[in-house]
Amino acid sequence: MARYQRWLQAGVFYLLVALSGSLLPGTYYVTLLNLIGLHIIIVLGLNLLMGYAGQISLGHAAFFGLGAYTSGILTATYKVDPLLALLAGLLLSTLVAVIVGIPALKLKGYYLAMATLGFGIIVAIAFQQMDWLTGGPSGFMGIPPFRFLGWRFQTPAAKFFLVWALVGLILFLSLNIVDSRIGRALRAIHDSETAALAMGVDAQRLKLLIFVVSALYASLAGSLLAHTVNFIAPSSFGFMFSIKLVTMVVVGGMASIWGSLLGAAVLTVLPELLAVFHDLEVVIFGLILMVVMIFLPRGLVRGLLDLWELRRRKKQGR
Amino acid sequence: MTSSTLLALEAVGISFGGLQAVKKVSFQVQEGQIKALIGPNGAGKTTLFNLITGMLRPDHGEIRFQEQAIQGLPPFRIADRGISRTFQIVQLFGHMTVVENVMVGRHLRTRAGLLAAALRLPWSRREEAAIRSQSLAWLDFVGLQDRADDYAANLPLGHQRLLEIARALATEPKLLLLDEPAAGLDMTETERLKELIFAIRARGISVLLVEHDMSLTMEVADEIVVLDHGELLAEGPPRDIQRHPAVIAAYLGRDWEKE
Ligand SMILES: Nc1ncnc2c1ncn2[C@@H]1O[C@H](COP(=O)(O)OP(=O)(O)OP(=O)(O)O)[C@@H](O)[C@H]1O
Ligand SMILES: [Mg+2]
Repeated sequence: MARYQRWLQAGVFYLLVALSGSLLPGTYYVTLLNLIGLHIIIVLGLNLLMGYAGQISLGHAAFFGLGAYTSGILTATYKVDPLLALLAGLLLSTLVAVIVGIPALKLKGYYLAMATLGFGIIVAIAFQQMDWLTGGPSGFMGIPPFRFLGWRFQTPAAKFFLVWALVGLILFLSLNIVDSRIGRALRAIHDSETAALAMGVDAQRLKLLIFVVSALYASLAGSLLAHTVNFIAPSSFGFMFSIKLVTMVVVGGMASIWGSLLGAAVLTVLPELLAVFHDLEVVIFGLILMVVMIFLPRGLVRGLLDLWELRRRKKQGR
Repeated sequence: MTSSTLLALEAVGISFGGLQAVKKVSFQVQEGQIKALIGPNGAGKTTLFNLITGMLRPDHGEIRFQEQAIQGLPPFRIADRGISRTFQIVQLFGHMTVVENVMVGRHLRTRAGLLAAALRLPWSRREEAAIRSQSLAWLDFVGLQDRADDYAANLPLGHQRLLEIARALATEPKLLLLDEPAAGLDMTETERLKELIFAIRARGISVLLVEHDMSLTMEVADEIVVLDHGELLAEGPPRDIQRHPAVIAAYLGRDWEKE
């Protein structure tokens, strides 16, 4: 039963997205919707890692950047087919995730957070410094639109379709993973790694696997970013963005796929509304992270539901 | 060593800092046997379980399961060989339902990987359905079928201990280690536990049992090993153990029941 309800939810969600995509005027809103879609892809992966496997990455912006720069550089500078470039980005991100993940996940505790923090900073510096390849701090321009089977995704409508079709695919894959033997084993590791090991779950391998998956999602989103905005700059892939991603997961709710959609959407739109406070963005995000973790530790959706339930019970109790 | 030896410990030892928790312990568990491991608090019984299941690596000695050395293997490999366990301090997956807890026990014996799961391939869907029905059958076996969809954390302790047994059985072990399964159970629950242990043995699964409830231990065990201060004090059938001079001497005037 629950499964059909999920697909229904997905259908309604898509209808809303498609409606807003076609009804909202101008390219500004379409671009914003695309950005929300890309953030959703990353946050879904990061939530698999944080909410399910119980590991934190403070460097996911770097995988986003690896995808973006691999696609950008290969298609613009070397005229490689966009699909091949995207696959190259995924391959590179897999390699990097394995190299960062293996030593960090061997140890119990939050070593992955430390390792990804360092790795994220190094990658961001590399994007800035290797200007012969990346264009340096001023950015990388002239990225061609995505092409696939003779289709060119050039108009805002086509880009919108491309991004949200892939959001749909990633959502489908994520819902399936969560609901499977693998998802169950991940949740088990989170609750009691000792018991999971005793039941024959290779915890270390599974954590690495899901870390790689989350890196792949981010890399895919990066490639799509390169082909939808056609211009990328290192400032989009720094530590600040990694923190934003973690905030999106926490606000949406750990281990909540639907919450991830909301978390990504709300925190993508918010800075647009608060453009005035641009300089305070770091402070605002930090504040949101703290407030949600203290008052709504289960995230916005379930947290508000809990509060509502509590009020209802209090009323009945009287 | 006869061919029906399932588990053999030879001069196994481990120390934590200066404390020698287990000292040169040797004993065997035969196929189809119910063996009990008793001893005062801190004797090293749980430590011995942790050594057998790979949670700890022995400083010296050898642990053989079905004639193959297993000491130092990671826990999930040892589980794969056919040793499963429950925990003295219950270790359930609290945020998962009762049936999902047992389904984790099926992890070892099923195959769907990330890709098959993500794409929901037909064979992986069939496998998932089989995992669920087998898990429900194990719940039925321990008498928890009515609680299948409750969260594990919400069960009373007695049911949690049964759930740990069902989860362990779902891995299809040849040897089941039970660490104080009767702790916190009332008399009827303990009686049911006794029947359950016999039913497990009837399925061809050997049992190694740590238990402070002496009447239960004496009734179910074929053989008893007594541990004291990490050392093997005596070994034999329940009757002999009750009369064993060293055991009596060790326990005389000492309150070695829990609390
Ligand atoms: N990981 C560890 N680190 C340090 N000391 C430990 C560790 N595990 C156990 N010990 C110590 O080893 C000794 C044996 O403990 P163990 O838990 O095996 O006893 P037990 O026979 O299971 O006792 P109980 O009947 O209370 O469960 C104790 O003194 C305990 O404090
Ligand atoms: Mg113990």
